[in-house]
Amino acid sequence: MSPRLPLGSEREALKIVIVGHVDHGKSTLIGRLLYETGSLPPGKVEELKAASARRRMAIEWSFVLDAFQAERDQAVTIDTTQIWFKTAARDYVIIDAPGHREFLKNMVSGAAAADAAVLVVDAAEGVREQTRRHGYLLHLLGVRQVAVAVSKMDLVDYDEARFAEVSREISHYLGEIGVVPTFIVPISGRDGDNVAVNKAAAGQDTGQDTGKNDLSMAWYDGPSLLKALERFQSVTRSIDQPLRFPVQDVYKFDQRRIIAGRIESGILRAGDRLLFSPSNRTARVKAIEVWNGDAECLEARAGQSVAITLDEQIFVERGEMASHEELPPMLSTVFRATLFWLAQEPLEVDRTYKLKLGTREARVRVQSIERVIDTDTLAGNPADRVERNGVGEVVLRCREILALDEYRDLARTGRFALVDDYDTVAGGVISMEGYPDQRHAFGVKSENLTSVEHRVTAPHRTERNGHCGGVLWFTGLSGSGKSTLAMAVEQRLFNKGYHVYVLDGDNVRGGLNANLGFSPEDRAENIRRVGEVAGLFADSGVICISAFISPYRADRQRARAATKGGFHEVFIKAGLEACERRDPKGLYRKARAGEIADFTGISAPYEPPSQAELVVDTESADIEDSVRQVVDYVERNFARHCNPGKA
Amino acid sequence: MLHLDELEAQSVYILREAYSQIDPLAMLWSLGKDSNVMVWLAKKAFCGHVPFPVVHVDTGKKFKEMYEFRERFATEWNLQLITGDCPPVEEVDATLPPAARSAARKTLGLKALLNEHGFKGVIAGIRRDEQATRAKERVFSPRDESGTWDFRDQPPEFWDQYKTDFPPGAHIRIHPLLHWTEIDIWRYIERENIPVVPLYFAQDGKRYRSLGDQDITSPIDSQAATLQEIIEELATTTTSERAGRAMDHEREDAFERLRASGYM
Repeated sequence: MSPRLPLGSEREALKIVIVGHVDHGKSTLIGRLLYETGSLPPGKVEELKAASARRRMAIEWSFVLDAFQAERDQAVTIDTTQIWFKTAARDYVIIDAPGHREFLKNMVSGAAAADAAVLVVDAAEGVREQTRRHGYLLHLLGVRQVAVAVSKMDLVDYDEARFAEVSREISHYLGEIGVVPTFIVPISGRDGDNVAVNKAAAGQDTGQDTGKNDLSMAWYDGPSLLKALERFQSVTRSIDQPLRFPVQDVYKFDQRRIIAGRIESGILRAGDRLLFSPSNRTARVKAIEVWNGDAECLEARAGQSVAITLDEQIFVERGEMASHEELPPMLSTVFRATLFWLAQEPLEVDRTYKLKLGTREARVRVQSIERVIDTDTLAGNPADRVERNGVGEVVLRCREILALDEYRDLARTGRFALVDDYDTVAGGVISMEGYPDQRHAFGVKSENLTSVEHRVTAPHRTERNGHCGGVLWFTGLSGSGKSTLAMAVEQRLFNKGYHVYVLDGDNVRGGLNANLGFSPEDRAENIRRVGEVAGLFADSGVICISAFISPYRADRQRARAATKGGFHEVFIKAGLEACERRDPKGLYRKARAGEIADFTGISAPYEPPSQAELVVDTESADIEDSVRQVVDYVERNFARHCNPGKA
Repeated sequence: MLHLDELEAQSVYILREAYSQIDPLAMLWSLGKDSNVMVWLAKKAFCGHVPFPVVHVDTGKKFKEMYEFRERFATEWNLQLITGDCPPVEEVDATLPPAARSAARKTLGLKALLNEHGFKGVIAGIRRDEQATRAKERVFSPRDESGTWDFRDQPPEFWDQYKTDFPPGAHIRIHPLLHWTEIDIWRYIERENIPVVPLYFAQDGKRYRSLGDQDITSPIDSQAATLQEIIEELATTTTSERAGRAMDHEREDAFERLRASGYM
């Protein structure tokens, strides 16, 4: 057997995207780079010559990458592609991105995967529309290292002054968006000048006589483009950042509940206590599961796809974000974003889209368009729409609470895509500028609180009261009969000797929640507080009935979590038609007339419970019947020997 | 992170996205080195399980070593194996060059199998470095009702947000190995000790670098009889992997046409 060679099996592969205006010579540059570095297979040059001759062209280096017939025939790159080559120093993946504005979505697909970029500018044409747009998008996509190639120097007679002029122009633009190019290299893709070697600057670089005047750019003493690539730094994921582990899926294999996902930042260790947001549940990592591994895995780092088990069977699903308790993500229903828009139909205020934020999906509404950025002048202009291939700053609002990060802090969990119908229409990055950090408003984060154990325990209270405490959480449309039923049930149970209390809008809105209005986030907060208070009542041994529409499953889920066992969701079921017919407070009429915005059932959704403990159909049962159903339920479930942890 | 670990983590992520978002799902198992790596990665992703069927579209013209391999590892790996036949070559588009026409049988076989089982997504082990039109693929690549690949209008794909929403009738190809290269595959096979069909190892100065139908696949000249030797050979060669696959070389657009109509 031959000796084991250091083949670089663990060598890094740096991904470099080549971008720039259409026809500025990107594909040609790549073809030439591959040729100069001896990366083309034998016979490839002959094949290219033949394919070029069939189209009556001189050898067309771009055909190395432009594989589609349509691309070759029209001499334009349509889709992004990738090609591999290596130097003594490292392996490269070169990503070719189309320059035509029609194919911006393909450019984005290529550029988003890159560690570094080469921005190609035609020496004769100078900086053009797509040069700037691509430069701007690189910045937005998070590609931090950029070199500039001033191409087709042969067309301007290798003129140093022209090179200086184009260099100034592009440096100025990039400087405005905070990008400093690593190098600006004058090249000729046609002849290979300064592509792999700077022949003029270093005769020693190449021993071969190319037979042409190699002193055409003698004035340039910088590195060749290849040398510029070698000086890019490889991009490594930081493990010093806070842990972010988005739940990708939950599996039940071999009697174990396994949580799968990729660690986006930080380190996860066996034994760590994880906080899942936004559900606000915690549990410890019991084990990091490895199939076919040699040893027990105690630690996993950013970039790894892992599967873990927890020490407690808490309810976790795809879309939750796990972190450490002390460095959680932000929770918000609203955020500011800079986004690029790829769809034919413009983005408009009030339209809703599907947000994909890591593994989380949720509907978002465009609350406002702050400004649209002209990538030519970098001016921000007020606008009521963001057109295709445009860049805009917008405010997006969600009905559910999202766990998110600011892009500038944690890029991988601070960026998102938007989907309209079946298509990805935008990508964007999150900024929370102007929005309060709510990390301290939700959840148990007050550091100086230590919980003191009660000496009176739940069994003591149950013994004294003759029944256990709990929450009857009524949910249903306005007019379904929640309040009527709640009051009647309260009276019936009171008469039977139960300790019972109703929370409704009247006794909560005036005091505890006096500072809350009716905006979606205030409504969510209203329900959150009611959930917390109901939980305390239950804990004190009382049967607490809450009578709020509480239209969102996520809000009710959170209320359930706030009660330590003994939470009973009661769906007061009546169709919209019936409720609207009843309309006891005249609200439906007003909502239909447009006087009330975001009215559940009319202009805002109601998510019926999928697993309510009790369903009371107030359309088929009369009030007496309905009351009896609830009271019977209580007598069955709140008896002295009840198990409050069961529900 | 080490290069192979990074490739593995990305593939596992893709497989889990597919399993989470697309149902019913199947994996194409061509019995070649790449699809064995893919099955292996599925076991990594799903804690030793392959929680969807693996599909072998059988042209009936594979090497006997491949059939033996299939029978052995379908059992050993506990796979839910589905096999499907391909129609005779006479039923294939006669305007294709002969080898491409023969290869296109597999496309028809695959379509029939997808229809029969109603799969919404199939996982396929193609890689960008194999062939120039594959280099332009997406990780989640939609096909319309007739199975056609509209390569002129592919969905944007960035930040690992893949296309997972489709109109009824469409289906999706998922490509978890798209970012791997041939040498990556061999290094991973060596590291993980993944079984492969013995035809890849040189005998009498010849070995197969890519496996297809017997009549349109040729071996290359090679002395590489071990994994280590294959890796060394690939580190220096500039010959393309699919040089021995006749259908790639008949006409400039032959492979593009094959792929546009649904070939892997």
